[in-house]
Amino acid sequence: MPGIARNRRNHGVARRLRWAVLPVLFLVAWELAAVLINNPFVLPTLESVAAVLATPFASILGTGSLLQNAAVSLERVLIGFFVGAALAIPLGIAMGRWRLVEELVDPMVQLFRPVPPLAWVPLALAWFRIGLTSMVFIIALGAFFPVLLNTLDGVRSVKRTWVEAAMTLGATERQLLARVILPGALPTIWTGMRVGFGIAWMCVVAAEMMPGTNSGLGYLILYSYNFSQVQVIVAGMIVIGIIGLGIDLALRQVELRRFSWRELER
Amino acid sequence: MKLEVDHVSKRFAVDQGEGTEALRDVSLSVAEGEFVCLLGPSGCGKTTLLRIIAGLETPSEGEVRVDGVPVTGPTPRLGMIFQDYSLYPWRRVIDNIAFGLELAGVGKEERLARAREYLELVGLDGFADSFPYELSGGMRQRVAVARALATDPAVVLMDEPFGALDAQTRNAMQRELLEIWTKTKKTVLFVTHSVDEAVFLADRIVVLTARPGQIREVVEVREPRPRDRTCEECAAIRRHVLGLIDEGRQVR
Repeated sequence: MPGIARNRRNHGVARRLRWAVLPVLFLVAWELAAVLINNPFVLPTLESVAAVLATPFASILGTGSLLQNAAVSLERVLIGFFVGAALAIPLGIAMGRWRLVEELVDPMVQLFRPVPPLAWVPLALAWFRIGLTSMVFIIALGAFFPVLLNTLDGVRSVKRTWVEAAMTLGATERQLLARVILPGALPTIWTGMRVGFGIAWMCVVAAEMMPGTNSGLGYLILYSYNFSQVQVIVAGMIVIGIIGLGIDLALRQVELRRFSWRELER
Repeated sequence: MKLEVDHVSKRFAVDQGEGTEALRDVSLSVAEGEFVCLLGPSGCGKTTLLRIIAGLETPSEGEVRVDGVPVTGPTPRLGMIFQDYSLYPWRRVIDNIAFGLELAGVGKEERLARAREYLELVGLDGFADSFPYELSGGMRQRVAVARALATDPAVVLMDEPFGALDAQTRNAMQRELLEIWTKTKKTVLFVTHSVDEAVFLADRIVVLTARPGQIREVVEVREPRPRDRTCEECAAIRRHVLGLIDEGRQVR
C-alpha cells in the first residue's frame, strides 16, 4: 500500500514538471548546436548569453546597461500604450453607445486597421522627426485597434436590462456610461488592453530600430549586430520576452481577480 | 387613480409594409395599493404594455399617467423588475440594492442603512456582501425586488419576475411577494402568462387578447388572502380565465 501511495505521488510530480520537458530539450539542443557549430557569430553558447544576463548593470559597448535600455523601452511602451488606450476606450464606448458615431467612424477604422503600425514608420519620421514622438505614435497605433475593437465589443455585450434597470432607477446618460456601461464592458476592455499591450511591446522594439535611435532594447540588439555580439542580441531578446510575458501575467492576474464575474455570471 | 393607461396603442414599424400592431386602444386604471395582474397568451403585447408604462417604450397613441402626471420616459416613480433579475454582477448585493439611491445622490451611510432595511424586508440579511452570482435564482430576484423598492416608487412593475424559477421556488416567492406587498402597501402591476399565478396574487386580473393586444375582460378575485390555491372560487376563476384565453387564441 505505501508503494502505491509513493507511486501516485511520483506520478503527480512528473505531471507537474511536464511543462519543463520541451524548454529543457530546447536548451540542450541549443548548447549542443552551439558547441558543434563553434562559431559565436552564428550561435552563441548558453554560457556566453548567461554571462550577459548575469551582469544587467554593466555597460554594453558604450550604450548603457541591459537594465537601463530595458527601462527606456518600458517607459516608451507605457507612454505609447496609454496614449493609444486613452484614445481608443472613449471612442469605442461612443461607437458602442451611439449608432451614429459607429456609422461615421467604422469605415475609417476598417480602412486603417489592416495597415501594420510599422508601415507608418516613414510617415512618422517625416511628421515628427527622430525621437520619442515618432515612437509613441507607432506604439499608440499598435495598441489603438485591439483596445478599440474590444471596447466596442464590450459595450455591445452589456445586457439591455442592465441599462434599462438603471434608467428606471433614474440614471442620467452620464451615470449610465460611468456606472453601468463602463463597468459592464470593463472585462472585455481589459482583454483588449492585454492584446494591445502585447502589440505595443512588439512595436517599441521595432520602433527602436528606426534610424537615429540611440537607446532601448531594440536599439541594443541591432547595435550589437553591427559589432557581431550575437550573445548580446540573444540576451536582449530574452529580456524582451521576459518583460512581455511578465506584464501579460500581471494583467491576467487582475483579470482573474477583478473580472471573474464574467465567467461566473452564466 | 394611482396609475392610468389612457387609450394606448402601439405599432412597431418595419422596413416594408404597415408594421405590426402590438396593442390596440388599451385603457386601464389601477388604484393606490392595488395588486393587478396582466395576463394573456404569449405575444399578446403584455410585456410591451408594461414597458410603455415604465417609459421604456413610447406609445403610438394614448398616454400613461402616474398620480396624474404623464410618463414621458423612464422614471424612479415607476420601479421595474425584470425576468432576468438584471443585477449588476460587479456590485455586491447591498450595493445593488443601494444603486438607485446612489444615482439620486444619497450619501453613503444613509443609502447603505436604507438598503439594509430592504435587504431585511426580502429576508436576505447576512447576504449583504455576497455577489449576485453566489445566490440562487430566487435570492437574486429578491435582491431585484429590494432594489426596486429602495427608491420608494409610486408603482412597482414586474415583468414575469418568477418565470425563470422552478415551481417550488416560484410558489414560495409568490407568498413572500404578497407579504412584502402587505407591509409596503405598494401599487403593483404584475405581468404573467400563468393563470395560477395571477389567481393567487391579484386583486384584479386584466386578460388581454392575442395580438393586437386588447383588453378582453377584467376579472376580480375577491377570495381573501392568504388564498388556498385549490379553493372553489379560485378554481372557478381559473376555469373562466382559461376560457377567455382560449377564445382569444381561436380569434387569431
